[in-house]
Order: sequence, then structure tokens, then C-alpha cells
Amino acid sequence: MSGWTTITGRAVALPQANIDTDQLIAARFMSAPRSEGYGRFLLHDARQDQADHVLNRHDRADVLVTRRNFGSGSSREAAVYALVDFGIKAVFAPSFGDIFASNAVNNGLLPARLTEDEIEMLIGEMGQDDAPATVDLISGTAVIGGHKMSFDLDPAWQQKLVNGWDDIDLTAQHSDQITKFRAARFAAHPWALPAP
Amino acid sequence: MTTPQTLLAKLWAAHEIMQREDGTSLLWVDRHFVHEGSHHAFAKLDSRSKKVAAPELTFGVVDHYAPTRAGDVAPDIRRMIDTLGRNAKAHGVRLFDLRDPGQGIVHVIGPEQGLTLPGLLINCGDSHTSTHGAFGALAFGVGATEVAHILATQTIWQKRPKTMRITFEGVLGVGVSAKDMALHWIAQLGADGARGHAIEYAGSAVEALSMEGRLTLCNLSIEGGARLGLVAPDQVTFEYLKGRNFAPKGAAWDQAVEDWTKLKTDSAAIFDQEVAFDAADVAPTVTWGTSPEDALPITGHVPDPDQLGGAKQGQARAALEYMGLSAGMRLQDVAVDEVFIGSCTNGRIEDLRLAAKVLAGRKAKVPGLVSPGSAAIKKQAEAEGLAQIFTDAGLEWADSGCSMCVGMNGDRVDAGKRCASSTNRNFKGRQGRGARTHLMSPAMVAAAAVSGHLADVRPLLEGRS
Repeated sequence: MSGWTTITGRAVALPQANIDTDQLIAARFMSAPRSEGYGRFLLHDARQDQADHVLNRHDRADVLVTRRNFGSGSSREAAVYALVDFGIKAVFAPSFGDIFASNAVNNGLLPARLTEDEIEMLIGEMGQDDAPATVDLISGTAVIGGHKMSFDLDPAWQQKLVNGWDDIDLTAQHSDQITKFRAARFAAHPWALPAP
Repeated sequence: MTTPQTLLAKLWAAHEIMQREDGTSLLWVDRHFVHEGSHHAFAKLDSRSKKVAAPELTFGVVDHYAPTRAGDVAPDIRRMIDTLGRNAKAHGVRLFDLRDPGQGIVHVIGPEQGLTLPGLLINCGDSHTSTHGAFGALAFGVGATEVAHILATQTIWQKRPKTMRITFEGVLGVGVSAKDMALHWIAQLGADGARGHAIEYAGSAVEALSMEGRLTLCNLSIEGGARLGLVAPDQVTFEYLKGRNFAPKGAAWDQAVEDWTKLKTDSAAIFDQEVAFDAADVAPTVTWGTSPEDALPITGHVPDPDQLGGAKQGQARAALEYMGLSAGMRLQDVAVDEVFIGSCTNGRIEDLRLAAKVLAGRKAKVPGLVSPGSAAIKKQAEAEGLAQIFTDAGLEWADSGCSMCVGMNGDRVDAGKRCASSTNRNFKGRQGRGARTHLMSPAMVAAAAVSGHLADVRPLLEGRS
């Protein structure tokens, strides 16, 4: 995964709360290999049921603005694959499902928190239209539809997104500590091993 | 004098290998469960030519795509199951495959096999991993990238969540169960009410729950946004575990019980949030909308979006439209097309017993499927005569798996059909495209089955001990 610092593109608004990962990608699509691309699965049923769905109206969407608890529910990382393969690079919402947010960062997708008021203002202003958006990870700011805002993001996640770090590589530096920890844990608590 | 600690703090300290300057901890993982959906993670491991670091702590099970009924298995489902089998074999991971007597839903068989124990850190690429917290284990769901990381290193990077204690004092009413307790608190606090928190469930009504009930309660923690749920282990926990396949034996058991007895929150420990409920206030509860927070007592009415404020109004309107309900109608007047009993939430033996108690000697007015949570539960339910009660009532008795909770194996609710379901998610399209799901306890599902509409289970239990 490569890191990034800025995005320049178009933002659209999804004015729903609790968009869960089952809606982002329905379970029936999840046996497909990633190599085929997951973008066409993103919000598939909603987009098919509503011809004027905001994602059908615009050729391009780099940034999503949406309501609270985005990505709640199932831990399926395929929901992030669908967003990323569709071309989304950042999602702005008042809150995210914890597992989703973690999955997002692991795939270079920014889950950025704005206040409820900021989100409502943007949703009210954008409606079904798109708006120009720029995101700066280093300063933690975004300009959407001409409004400059500071977003909330865990500094550890900011670093990870900027550097495109892979945790397996990071963890390899601690392999001696892990080996020692394991030996000590099972020596002190033999019951923690599955009984033979 | 040492600072009083929460159960979470104790569990965290016991697994922390190191902490980075930014506050992220590297945690040791004691048990890792994988299933068919873990194929992305195995592919990632293969692409880096890595092997599973601790195959003896990794256990695979076929559940999400497990066929539950006789007949042909679709090629893409067969491929998912075969891929898991191949990955498990290549990495030396013990697999509970379809023919294994230990097969079942991962969150049912972990406890059943004694793989889930107090004090362990347990991960699985499934959000309902919170279930295992019922034993006082640090258990949480992760995504595919993290599954790959655990496979490769047997560790995970995590920030310690905040703490929330949810207390239920008092005694639950007749016909009220752990499922109702969970829907009750989620309706009060919201589907993101516990976001970023580890919940510890406490109070006399929690202590009075069986292991099955505690598992249901912890299972649904994620539906209120929590990272994980916990119940401090006690005599009920130890009795459940003693003698199970992978549980410690002999001297190891004695030491385990000694260690486990210390796994409780110190009396003066401080939680980031405290919420208290009176168990007597919990009614048999059903959902009316498309989020688990859309839950009300069965005696209630479908809410009127016009009487709700702000963003909630549009959300309720969209939910009613999807659910095909009108504002103000009595929940008990909502006719159902079918029922489902099963899942990692409510597919355990106690759940089946409670449903059978309502169904005994009665006929279901709508079709329905009963899928036990594991092959062992299926066998036990047949031995206890429960299976006969289900089939006599006109319901289909199937094999174990995630089945109609998630619809991956082809057990689906058709578009526009309404299902009374003992599962965990009433999300749009969860049980099938356009499917309408009402969540409730297994006993309430049974009540809906024999009534043909959402119904209060309490009158149906009168005279049945």
C-alpha cells in the first residue's frame, strides 16, 4: 500500500445514518476474487433501485460526506474494497464503525470525523450535486464546497496513511519480544494452551 | 496500594507485548478463528510467502457458507468451502469441516469445544467475535488485513478502548431473555452508543444468566457499536467449561480456576461511562426498522417519523418504507411471512429449548427454518425431542451454519417478505435483497410463528413451566 498526503477531487453526499457494511457490499458478492474489482458492488442494491442515486448521477466521486455510524456492522473488509475500487479515497462522517475505520486505514482510505453540524451543513448545501474537495492529511484539514474544516483523526492512523505502512513489516522488528512474550505467557499460564 | 483496575485493564496488561509512543499496543493473540471469509487474508499471506506463525493456536471452521439443507451446492459456495480446506491443510490448521462432529458456527463452537476460555485474547475476522467475552475473554472482530497480520505474527496492534459498564439489577420477567436485554440497551443508547468502548456487563440480572444468555448479550455488543463485551467469569463459567474437549485438565485446570477467579473489576475501579437499567423494565422486544437501535417492547406501536426530530425523522421514514410498515400501527398487528431460529446470537441449546416450549403442541401459521448453532447442538436437540417439536409444528429442521442470518449459503428471505428472526441484524438486504427482518428472541420468534404475526410470548407461556 502506498502512502498519500493530499487528495483533489469531487465530493458527494449520502444523507443517511447507519450505512452498514451489508449495504456497502451485500454478502452475495463476497465470494468474488478481489482481482476482478469490487467497485461495481458498492451500494449495489441502492444504486440499482434508485436511478437517481447520487453515485449514479456523477461520473466521479473521490470523497463521501455522510451521517453518523458509517460502516457499522459486519467486519467485512470487502466494504472498504468496494469503496476503494470505486475510487473513493476519503469518507467524512460524525462517526464510524470501529472495525470499518481500522479496515479503511489498512487500505489507504481516510475515515475522517467532522462534527454533526459540519456534516449537516455540507449535506444541506450539496444536496444531490457534487462539490470540489481537497484533503490535506498533514495539516488535518479539508476544503469541501469552499468550506475549510479541520477533521479529527487518530495521529497513529494519520502516520499510517501518510507512510503507507504495512503492519506485518512493522511487527517483524519486534519478533524477539514476541517470542519471549509467548514463552513467558505459556510458562506462567499453561492452561492458556489448547489441551492436547 | 495499587490502583483499582477494571477487568479490561487486567486483560489488556496480560496481553501487552509492548506499547508504541502513540499509545498503540502490540497484543499477544491466544486463539485465532478463521472461516471461509478469511480467504483474502490467506491470499495476502501467500503473496508474501509467509506461513501461519502459530497453527496450534489457529482453528478453522466452515460456517458462513455451510449448506444447511440437502441438495446441490452452488459452485461458488463449494469453492469458498474448498478454499478454506486447502488453506487450512497448507498451513497445518485444525479445521472443523462440514463432516466434523465439532462443526458449527464459530462463536458457538469456540465455547462448546473449550477453545474459548476466561483470560484469553481471541480474534476472528467476524464482528460477532465479541460473543466470547461472555467468558471474560478479550475477544473482538477484525478485518482481513488484521487477520493476515495475526496469521503471520500471532499478534495484533490495537489502541485500548474506553470502558463502559452496563448494569442490569433485579430480575427479568417471564418470557424475557438476554436478547431483550441487549435490544433494550441498544434502543436506549443507539447503534453507536458504545462506539470505541469495551462494555462490561454487570449486575444481578447478568450474574443470573446462563452461559448461553451471557453469550447472547456479549454477541450483540457490536450492534451497539462496542468493540467488545465482557462478563466476569464465575462459577457458572467454570461449570460450563469443565471437561470440554480443549479446556485444561488436571493441575492445569486447578491453576486456571485460580487465575480466572482474579478476573474481575476491582470494587473502586472507574469506568469512562456507567449505564444502569432495571431488569424489571425489560419487556419482550422487537425491532421495527433497519437498525438494531430501532427496537421497542412488543406492546408498542410503530413510531411516527413526523414526531421525531432532525436526521432521525428521515431515517425512520426510510426505514418504514423499506419495512412496508405504517406509522402508529400496533407492532402485534404486523403479519409475518416466515420465521428463522438460529445464528451465533441465538442458536444454542437453551435458545432451542425456549422456542420449543412455546411451539410444543402448536402449529406454526407460517413456514420457517430452524438451524442449530452446531452439529453437537443438533444432536442434543434431537435427543431431547426438541427437533420433533419443531417439525411437528411445521418448521424445517436443518443443519448448522450461519444460514439465514447472513444468507451467504443460499438460505435467504425473498424480496418483500417479512421474517421474524432470532438473528442480530435487521440491516437492509441482510437476509436477502429486499428482505424485511424483525429481530427478537427465539421464544418471540416461536410466538410469531404460531400467531402469524409479531406477538407477545408471555400469554403463550401461561401454564407452561
